Amino acid sequence: MSPVLFWIFAGLMLLFGAGVVLNRNPVASALSLVVSFLSLAALFMSLDAYFIGIIQVLVYAGAVMVLFLFIIMLLDLRVEKIRKINWLASAGGIAVALALAIQIFYVAGNLRFARQPFPPLARSTVDDVHNIGSLLFENYNLPFQIIGVLVLVATIGVVVLSKRELR
Amino acid sequence: MITLGDYLIVSGLLFTIGFAGVMLRRNIIIIFMSLELMLNAANLSLVAFSRFRVDAGLPNYNAQVFVFFIITVAAAEVAVGLAIIVALFRARRTTHVEDIASLKF
Repeated sequence: MSPVLFWIFAGLMLLFGAGVVLNRNPVASALSLVVSFLSLAALFMSLDAYFIGIIQVLVYAGAVMVLFLFIIMLLDLRVEKIRKINWLASAGGIAVALALAIQIFYVAGNLRFARQPFPPLARSTVDDVHNIGSLLFENYNLPFQIIGVLVLVATIGVVVLSKRELR
Repeated sequence: MITLGDYLIVSGLLFTIGFAGVMLRRNIIIIFMSLELMLNAANLSLVAFSRFRVDAGLPNYNAQVFVFFIITVAAAEVAVGLAIIVALFRARRTTHVEDIASLKF
């Protein structure tokens, strides 16, 4: 992928990611999150991870965001009323986030191989879905089944939580 | 030329945005969205490392399987978390975290 496309999608992702945090209206936040996730899927594709990119679009931009919008609709959330801002707590939060950003920049800049280009891939006859699938069902068979149980438990948990009266 | 460091810095910035959202916002649904941003930032750096560690002309697919598991767990987490938020809203009629202070010391 050309550097121009990388910076366009990275910029879009960060811009709309900031939009999630800065918007007062929860619906606008959720829609910014969709754009951010789609740009992230484009970045995954730029790393030749086509399967992960498509999963990202299907699961996040599709299922998770519909769930978020549905809950916002169900709760009938409006634009937040401006409350008294706790300036001390906000300043503390910004300071901690800035410290984290500086730390990440420092570590990523000092990484030994951070300035090396990505090595080229061999022209493969099988696509990456095939490779990931065989790895998933051979080496990671037990974790895969445990994940299945986890999703089942989550489904049952949601049904129990959504019942009118909890006992 | 785009290097591994660029991807790591972009992913770090996305993580910081999500972290700032969790620290600064008081609407519990926005906090939840910021959590998703942080999870996705971790996924981006995992996939970048997977592309960087080329073995016999193929990327390291172990990291991509790991990302697959993270996405599955995140989807389950979103479902349960939003159900908890709906239950909370039914009980307290609020999504503002400062109104939910029963456990606060």
